[in-house]
Amino acid sequence: MQKKTVGKSKVSSKQGNKLLHQMMLIRRFEEKSAEAYTETKIRGFLHLYSGEEAVAVGVTQALGENDNVLSTYREHGHAIAKGLDPKTIMAEMYGKQEGCSKGRGGSMHLFDASKKFFGGSAIVGGHLPLAVGMALASKKQNLDNITCCFFGEGAGAEGEFHESMNLASLWKVPVLFVCENNLYAMGTAIRFTHSIQELEKRGDSYGIPSASVDGMDLLAVMDAVKKAVSTIKKTGGPYFLVCNTYRFRAHSMFDAELYREKSEVEEWKKKDPIPKFRDYLLNANLLSEKEVDAIEKSVEKEVDEAIDFAENGTWEDIRDLTKFVYSEKEAE
Amino acid sequence: MSKMIKITYREALKQALREALQTDEKVFLMGEDVGRYGGAFAVSKGFLEEFGPDRIMDVPLSESGFTGAGIGAALGGMKPIVEVMTVNFSLLAMDQIINNASTLLHMSGGQVNVSVVIRMGCGIGSQLAAQHSHSWEPFYAHVPGLIVLSVGVHEDARGMVLTALKSPDPVILFEYTSMLNMEGEIPENSGEVDISKAKVRRSGNDISLITYGTGVYKCLEAAALLAEDGIDAEVLDLRVLRPMDEESILESISKTHRALVVEDAWRSVSISSEVSARIMEKGFFELDLPVERLCGVEVPMPYPKHLETAALPQPMDIADKVKKMLRS
Ligand SMILES: Cc1ncc(C[n+]2csc(CCOP(=O)(O)OP(=O)(O)O)c2C)c(N)n1
Repeated sequence: MQKKTVGKSKVSSKQGNKLLHQMMLIRRFEEKSAEAYTETKIRGFLHLYSGEEAVAVGVTQALGENDNVLSTYREHGHAIAKGLDPKTIMAEMYGKQEGCSKGRGGSMHLFDASKKFFGGSAIVGGHLPLAVGMALASKKQNLDNITCCFFGEGAGAEGEFHESMNLASLWKVPVLFVCENNLYAMGTAIRFTHSIQELEKRGDSYGIPSASVDGMDLLAVMDAVKKAVSTIKKTGGPYFLVCNTYRFRAHSMFDAELYREKSEVEEWKKKDPIPKFRDYLLNANLLSEKEVDAIEKSVEKEVDEAIDFAENGTWEDIRDLTKFVYSEKEAE
Repeated sequence: MSKMIKITYREALKQALREALQTDEKVFLMGEDVGRYGGAFAVSKGFLEEFGPDRIMDVPLSESGFTGAGIGAALGGMKPIVEVMTVNFSLLAMDQIINNASTLLHMSGGQVNVSVVIRMGCGIGSQLAAQHSHSWEPFYAHVPGLIVLSVGVHEDARGMVLTALKSPDPVILFEYTSMLNMEGEIPENSGEVDISKAKVRRSGNDISLITYGTGVYKCLEAAALLAEDGIDAEVLDLRVLRPMDEESILESISKTHRALVVEDAWRSVSISSEVSARIMEKGFFELDLPVERLCGVEVPMPYPKHLETAALPQPMDIADKVKKMLRS
């Protein structure tokens, strides 16, 4: 394999191992989730991230513990990459009270404030203004953290996207907008939803530095995000990064996929970010076949443990139904 | 009498939309994923092939924009049917619906009509959690200028949209995704239905179960349970949430002298509050018992099944409540 398709960024063998591990963990986690859905253990809407792993992993590795992340309903990958325990994520999807949102949220509403992971939002575009506000709060308090907001290209058609871009630029707040352009918003292809399909051009109209990157290539994403974060740190203002990617699976578990050809999906699967990065590591002698096997085994075990944890979780008492409507904290 | 046929709620909605598109060239359907995806709930599956992209318009995720554009198209002389994929997303379109659709006739001193039909899928009860389990009927029913319809039975699924298209004023249609696969019987020649009156779905003498939407079949089920105990409940389907058909409500309670109002929406400031208040104002002396209500528990909808079930009135709860009322 040649290295020419991958980006410039060099990774150490330790870092490479960790990143490959994360991507493989996310992939396996999603496969198991789909199985659990078929067994009706998980219900409601379930949106899988398979195919897009390089984006969550590539972007999040550049963030610090204090950096905030907000995401959509397709957020298992971002949550894992931000360090949430797969056990509590799986328990959440089972609706058990050991889940990261106490079972109240399910697949679309993963939260872990201690990890600075603020959801899991299921109204398309609804979390963009929140991200601007969190960044505004950082600015007002002179904190040096940034806020990273993931969303799909479909969200880019919502008014809230445009309002948020304008506000972030106007107020010069440290927010990283990451658009995961997987070409489809449910069943509607980008050419039917955007007047300008090179979405990074949108940055210009708001005076926001922006770039697009091959989101199927981890190293390329890492390069792009490195530049994005250093720009934010330097200017204190926003950055808009478009990651061009593809979802291998249906939009959700209810989708018959009438809107795209199987052959198109197969073509994209050839660009699978996981084997691409694995082969890079192997070819560069940063990783051995044995180590890849070890990752595979470890990932399998972690996901099995997550399932066990969720299976053994407990149901919340029905008498607590109206909990968490108002705070139990005293007013200050 | 026309022959009865079996039909799913989805098929009934679909036939009605097809008929509307076939009979009036000015009618067009616009909404997210109505075309290539076949409709988020497969209601418009095959329409794109049959009617083409000018009449079956896939729109971007821009609820405020395309709903407003639908209202504008109505002003411009077309007959748009705007589909808001689910009621939850209609919050983004609410400004257009309330500040434009409901007010233009009045603000213009009666010069311009907004003859638009806005359909919304309401899907509560499938563990979709807090952002996807809203019952916004009370919000819209609050607004003068709107006609708010709730499609609680198959016959209305087959007919309401057709009548709504003839209305000179904006119509909001609530459709219920939890009923899509449910089969029902309707006359073979079903079509336009009245959109001004409530309707008795089961006649009874002991108590009026007043409801709408998903409450209708639930109350019918409860009434069947009650019948086993010799209790004869009447089920009144409100159908038209605005303007509310007060007359039918008063007629029903003057026969039964008791009322239980049932809805999935939260209790405070709801349709049931309104029904109860109207009975107090105009039917108080007909009552043998205070009016009671069974509504959604006031909590953002939790994801786990057992909590979700506990948050919504179930047929058993309705039957139990009635028995308690009649015992007192
Ligand atoms: C405001 C709003 N409108 C519609 C929906 C229904 N919906 C959920 S996801 C989705 C597609 C979003 O596509 P995109 O933003 O590209 O993200 P992707 O799902 O591809 O990751 C739609 C239409 C919603 N959840 N919120």
